[in-house]
Amino acid sequence: MNKRSDWSAYWYFVPVFVIMFCFQVAPIFYSLAISFYRWDLIGSPEWVGVENFSRLFDDPMFYKSLWNTLYYAMVTVPLSIGAALSVALLLNNPISGIGIYRTIYFIPVITSINAVAIVWNFIYHPDYGLLNKLLVIMSIPPQKWLQDPFWAMPCIILMSVWKGLGYNVIIFLAGLQNIPKHLYEAARIDGATRLQQFRHITWPLLSPTTFFVFVMSVIGSFQVFSQVYMMTPRGGPLKSTMVIVYYLYQKAFEKFEFGYALAIAFVLFIMIFGVTLFNKLYLEKKVHYS
Amino acid sequence: MKFPRPKQPFHIVIHACLIAGSIFMLFPFIWMVSTSFKSEDEILKTGNTIVLMPDLVRPSILNNDADRARIQAREKSITSYAQAVASGTVSGKTEKPFYMWDNYREAGAAQPFYRYLLNTLLVSISITAGSLIFASLAAYAFAFFNFPFKDKLFFLMLGTMMLPQQALLIPDYIILSRIGWINTYMALIVPWLASAYSIFFLRQFFLQLPKDLFDAAVIDGCTRLQFYYKIVLPLSKPPMVTLGIFSFLASWNSFVWPLIVTNDTGLRVIQVGLSYFSNEAGTRWGPLMAASTMTILPLVVMYFMAQRQFVESQAMTGMKE
Repeated sequence: MNKRSDWSAYWYFVPVFVIMFCFQVAPIFYSLAISFYRWDLIGSPEWVGVENFSRLFDDPMFYKSLWNTLYYAMVTVPLSIGAALSVALLLNNPISGIGIYRTIYFIPVITSINAVAIVWNFIYHPDYGLLNKLLVIMSIPPQKWLQDPFWAMPCIILMSVWKGLGYNVIIFLAGLQNIPKHLYEAARIDGATRLQQFRHITWPLLSPTTFFVFVMSVIGSFQVFSQVYMMTPRGGPLKSTMVIVYYLYQKAFEKFEFGYALAIAFVLFIMIFGVTLFNKLYLEKKVHYS
Repeated sequence: MKFPRPKQPFHIVIHACLIAGSIFMLFPFIWMVSTSFKSEDEILKTGNTIVLMPDLVRPSILNNDADRARIQAREKSITSYAQAVASGTVSGKTEKPFYMWDNYREAGAAQPFYRYLLNTLLVSISITAGSLIFASLAAYAFAFFNFPFKDKLFFLMLGTMMLPQQALLIPDYIILSRIGWINTYMALIVPWLASAYSIFFLRQFFLQLPKDLFDAAVIDGCTRLQFYYKIVLPLSKPPMVTLGIFSFLASWNSFVWPLIVTNDTGLRVIQVGLSYFSNEAGTRWGPLMAASTMTILPLVVMYFMAQRQFVESQAMTGMKE
């Protein structure tokens, strides 16, 4: 290691610094300032103090979007973790064709959410969609899916779980392969069943991976936007899929209420930060680090 | 060492579960490609028939008399139908024979998807190349040099990874509009050239390179910059390729950012073009599926080419973009 400590190394950072400062660091402070103004980007900003925030807390649509986001997160996160863990456990056996399965499960991850959202729109179509055709074959009454206030959100959740499954499978597989094999051998010798092996070896030793996937999934599901934008324009039937980021987008780039939109962004940021902090402080205590 | 014979029934159950899952994962894609080759008639067939294989035997390639007669009859009916529409007795679209690539042709006619593909390629390649160069320079400095405030700088950089994208969207838009970059390639490319994730990723790799190499090279009169491009870069091909694939994927699929910073058709990238097309095409599912296929296909091809490296590196880092 070069022991000399000098400023000349900073030349290597110039490009990165300039870009990061302009587009990541400065904007954060800038947006904190703007959230105290009323501004449509054309006129001059007008100082309104905390009005944007106080309006936000009286805004029923904000609470609706908050609730919808929570609903999405609370269903999507456990569902996608459960599904990914199951697939990873199945793939963690000495069977043939692992590579092919891994490739297949990963394909949705690499494809763009917009393109697959269009495909799912068609699958959910009330008249010509695949899903209703399947239901009719099984003599189950067809549904309106994305046009139905009750079903719109579950439809988006199913598509999101499908889209993200492969990613979590890969992470879980890496975690599973880190568990020492001799533990299972010892357990088998002691006569432990598969379920007991999972309960007492796999689950605790996999918990760092599970924790990582959980934290990232929670953050990601609070920021859900693209599939909602593509599958249920304008917030869906009876605003049943109006999520926070969509509301923010609508306020900023359709209604040009930039100050208000930034107030929403900050509440979202604080929520994500709070939840992540909670996960880190309380949930991580249950994680088993070797 | 001989492995015990696998418990067959148990493995059959595993395969059954995995195959069922695979069908669930793949079916939307199969359905998409299949629909993209179907005519409107075939797609809008209601009822409970699921036709997976589109009717690819089109009139154009048929030669026997019966088919020719059928086509003539159809064309005659189209002519009379067109007359009926013209005279105002019937309204609606005219029926015409359907050819295999018609949906693709229609999508291409409605939106300049080839232009969008070129734009996306240009933007993605610029971001990938630029961010690799900038990130490797910074990571090199973090890994090999001592400089004032090194640790503080590193943590500050990690901190930017925690900022939510949405909170940056609006101020970035305002800044870009102030410097007149809205509706330019600059807006699509420049903000993405610096990535804390890439720097962090490469630093972890550079730290594993032997430090003696650096000392020896310096004694032999090698400058720091020479060491970077003559020794460090050639040694870090695998992580650079991995990172390159990551950033290419991310920029190919990015949607919200280009949606906001451009509205000029000439600059539009494929994801935004697709979303506009989906708005204007409404329920013209055939062309829509053709457009989706065009958007997805280049990535899937790339994925199969780089599959091994990609999946393994994902498992290695275990981190999301």
